[in-house]
Amino acid sequence: MGAVLVVGGGISGMTAALEAAEVGKDVFLVEKNSYLGGRVAQLNQYFPKLCPPSCGMEINFKRIKNNRKVRTYTMTTVKAVAGSAGSYEVTLETAPRYVNSNCTACNACVDACPESRANAFNFNMDKTKAIYKAHEMAFPLRYVIDPSACTRCGKCVEACKYGAIEMDMQAKSFKLNVASIVWATGWNPYDPTRMDNLKFNSSDAIITNMMMERLAAPAGPTGGKILRPGDNKEPQSFAFVQCAGSRDENHLEFCSYICCMATMKQITYIRERYPEAPIYVFYIDLRTPGKYEKFREKLMADPKTFFIKGKVADIVAEGDGGVTMVAENAVTGDKVRQKVDLAILATGMEPAAKGMASLPGVTLDKNGFIVSDADRAMLAAGCAKKASDVVTATQNATAAALKAIQASRR
Amino acid sequence: MDKKTQAYICSGCGIGAGVDCEALAKVATGLKFPAKTHEALCSKAGREMIEADIAAGANTLVIGACSFRVMQDEFDFGDDKIVVRANLREQCVWCQGEDADAEYVQELAADNIRMACTKAQKEELPEPYKLENITKDILVMGGGVAGLTAAREAAKAGYSVTLIEKAAALGGKATGWRKQFPTQAPWTDLENPTIATLIKEVEADSNITVKTETEVARIGGAPGAFKVTLKPAGTTSEWDAPAKVTVDQQDLIAKGQMEDPNVGKQVYTAENPEALNFGAVVLATGWTPADVSGYEHLGHGKLKNVVTNAEFEKLAKTGKVPAKVAFVQSPGGAEDDADFPFCNSVTSMVALKQARYVREDNANGIAYILYQHMRTPGNMEMFYKGAQNEDGIMLTKAQVTQVEEAGGALRVIAKNTLLNEDLELDVDMVVLAAGMVPTTKHENSINLAYRQGPAFLDLDLFDGYADSHFICFPYETRRTGIYTCGGVRKAQTMEETIDDATGAALKAIQCMESADRGVAVHPRSGDPTYPEFFFQRCTQCKRCTEECPFGALDDDEKGTPKPNPTRCRRCGTCMGACPERIIGFKNYNVDMIGSMIKSIEVPDDDEDKLRILALVCENDAYPCLDMAGMRHQKISNLVRVVPVRCLGSVNMVWIKDALSSGMDGAILLGCRYGDDYQCHFVKGSEIASRRMENIGETLSTLGLEPERCAVRQVAISDYDSVASVINEFVEEIKGLGPNPFKGY
Repeated sequence: MGAVLVVGGGISGMTAALEAAEVGKDVFLVEKNSYLGGRVAQLNQYFPKLCPPSCGMEINFKRIKNNRKVRTYTMTTVKAVAGSAGSYEVTLETAPRYVNSNCTACNACVDACPESRANAFNFNMDKTKAIYKAHEMAFPLRYVIDPSACTRCGKCVEACKYGAIEMDMQAKSFKLNVASIVWATGWNPYDPTRMDNLKFNSSDAIITNMMMERLAAPAGPTGGKILRPGDNKEPQSFAFVQCAGSRDENHLEFCSYICCMATMKQITYIRERYPEAPIYVFYIDLRTPGKYEKFREKLMADPKTFFIKGKVADIVAEGDGGVTMVAENAVTGDKVRQKVDLAILATGMEPAAKGMASLPGVTLDKNGFIVSDADRAMLAAGCAKKASDVVTATQNATAAALKAIQASRR
Repeated sequence: MDKKTQAYICSGCGIGAGVDCEALAKVATGLKFPAKTHEALCSKAGREMIEADIAAGANTLVIGACSFRVMQDEFDFGDDKIVVRANLREQCVWCQGEDADAEYVQELAADNIRMACTKAQKEELPEPYKLENITKDILVMGGGVAGLTAAREAAKAGYSVTLIEKAAALGGKATGWRKQFPTQAPWTDLENPTIATLIKEVEADSNITVKTETEVARIGGAPGAFKVTLKPAGTTSEWDAPAKVTVDQQDLIAKGQMEDPNVGKQVYTAENPEALNFGAVVLATGWTPADVSGYEHLGHGKLKNVVTNAEFEKLAKTGKVPAKVAFVQSPGGAEDDADFPFCNSVTSMVALKQARYVREDNANGIAYILYQHMRTPGNMEMFYKGAQNEDGIMLTKAQVTQVEEAGGALRVIAKNTLLNEDLELDVDMVVLAAGMVPTTKHENSINLAYRQGPAFLDLDLFDGYADSHFICFPYETRRTGIYTCGGVRKAQTMEETIDDATGAALKAIQCMESADRGVAVHPRSGDPTYPEFFFQRCTQCKRCTEECPFGALDDDEKGTPKPNPTRCRRCGTCMGACPERIIGFKNYNVDMIGSMIKSIEVPDDDEDKLRILALVCENDAYPCLDMAGMRHQKISNLVRVVPVRCLGSVNMVWIKDALSSGMDGAILLGCRYGDDYQCHFVKGSEIASRRMENIGETLSTLGLEPERCAVRQVAISDYDSVASVINEFVEEIKGLGPNPFKGY
């Protein structure tokens, strides 16, 4: 019976792959990054439990290591798909990592490397060497070279005792025959510079919610301290801008599902570090349904956190490094001007498929989400399918695994 | 297995610079593991060296190198070999500073080798547990959207399904809907109900047997071999699942001081010869509309034409709805902006849907939706937007403080609206957004004939929903082989329910296929080991049966624990519980870990060389220590780490072993417990800390300070703080001084 190809190695892709493999199917899991884990690898904690995502990742990595039915390919993308449901021939390409499987993660190369690069994993808030380990929990645990930062000086090659560095590594193309394809290509944070009124580039005091995750993470650019980028000041006041891009026909017309809860969660990050700091949340609706309500109640009881129903119209950079939030309270009609030290844009989820050059054989809806098509054994999972939280994403990834298995019976 | 041993010491990655590898090889050789060193064991040359030894007969290998969490493929030499890794890198050389005393580091490394050799000596190859007869048919309970979908999807994957439904007809609540929410782009328009088509597909599927007016009396057995007694709906049967009776209650019953709740019922261990066989169960018994008559200011049950959303849907399905209707989403007036209980985001969607009925049925119809927070997440936002753009649907944030009768009609009074004024609306009807109460809140639902009782445990954590507490693993339940979906999990839309039910069907299939291969399901998926019991020495204390987080153990007719290996998740909590030490796995047992602890060399002539045992959860705390090592955090080299499957598997005899062999303290590192537990086996870390409280008392009676033993909660992300957790404990032990029994 035919194998399953899962495209995307974030939490949804890993889930789809493992759930199918643990039924007994052969699964290929491909990921464009040098590591598995996707967006959740960048999160400090999950709401509402405030538990570390790496805990579940560790279990999933263990499941992958223990299961010979799953084969993983990092730095790999789909180039072409031919055939039809039940018998697809997929052409893939693995970009050069420049580090082979001899790598032991001993770190000698990093110590030797003279070049650095902006660390995209931390949203460029710090730097890594040109050869680097993607993050603390990187799996597979193998280093990688950023060719745009590397000058090919050869110092790492000299330092590596294990012959792990191959400067002349080339991209490799290969083909897989599969019965079905699960697309779990995930999401990107909506580009904050596209909202003119939120002035993202005008001040270091304006960050995104994903940047906040990295600032709060113990292995993040500040070692878990929440400091204002640029001047590393400890902010004394905070503002959250909800629906930064979401629920807006000019940007993302859908609701990004997670941002209200993400903000609630990030309020706990701030409270832990700054017990007295006032926090202002500008929102349209608080979408914390179901079991998330208890979490919201707890946070709204905080006397120093202020919830203002109203969209932020403007953010003004101030001379002292802070910013002033300009909004109108929709209930009272009052104009609000609130100066804070750090503003966090709760930027929404843009489906990653939207920006990809080509996803062969895939149908997108007008917002860029992938339309699942069971008849063609082209299935969508996780946030490639719709904006959702991790629970919903892993649920529908599990569902996608069954639909893929059904197709492999044809 | 006739063991031929061999050990290897890697000097790569700085190990050789930090410790004397030749000396470590001698330690292994002294333990009858002839040892070789290599500069990079994981390299091609290193592995070829190992493979040559294997070709010459070696089958029991100790590899002293990096953590077992890395290089797993490189050191996989097949299922017929025993391979034990000794961590010389992350948790030895890498977590010692340059100023560390080389002698101490060498002793740490040597003990890690000793423990690995002992483990390899004690370990046996696992043989998977296979049921004699396995059934791969699925029982789906509940014939609504969730149950129908689960049945259809499992059948499409080639499995036989029996679908039971309490009512006379299939379809559940969905048959009463006039329209349904959008399930596809552009997400703006209501859809005609698809439930009839779904029912037809299920009825026409030869893989599906439908039994209406049927309920489960009891489910006994285990995954792959569930024994299910069905009965006509609404009847009682001698086979109804008995309520759990504790040992204390049993006493009261015997003394006549308490009524036996199980009069007329077969005991839970009785097997009905007529029972049907199933391999796995999907619970999809859905929800019931919440009672909202308790909100007196809203008048439900008192005022005519104040109805719930469920009652309004019925009206809309069978006839015409009134022309002026107010939909109240939030009951708390000015005090509380929450929606009604058990709502999730569905009731926001329902109000938007029903507002459209008002417009469809009345040329000049007006629907007012009074909300605190309009909850239309994801693509449902477009449905909301569609309603906003429709004439005659008025939406505003509002605090509804009163609904009252006014001249034969109803008046709704609301404050703090978006119109910057208070509202008084005169309407024909008021619709309250009542929630969806899961059937699991008030009923046993799964009716298990298990020793631990008929229902899922601890559902109060989820307000009665049969949900998972694991964000990454939403299908986890505490009853293996039984998966939930639809309204019992949470209030959800049709689109969400279809995915949820399809996922539940997959988990049911996966559990049966895993049972068929004799391996565990999540979180130790694929594990071929299982706990074995040496019953001759069992005292029937029942601790294993009581403490198993998954209810895997029943009693047999003599009162001896009866394992059900396909229910088991292999955490070893039973093994930790057993005072007689008769429970163990082929590669993980009380004797093995005890022997490893005893293999640690305890100097009895040096007051500085204290020895502290750390029993560490391998799921979170152990990787945390590995990462601490990768980040070169300094961890005391007086500590000896033994990874355990779960803290629940820690048998207190190990602590006694450690202290009686002269070690000076013991610390357990495991997951957070309590309401936000992170333990992958739900209860393991909690049970371990309870047991540790008791051992403190035992130590006092021996004349040892209870402070020599401790439990600490460590999350996987605590890699920058775990070193100080351990080092502070070591300082406390130093303060207490050496174990007075050292050397005896």
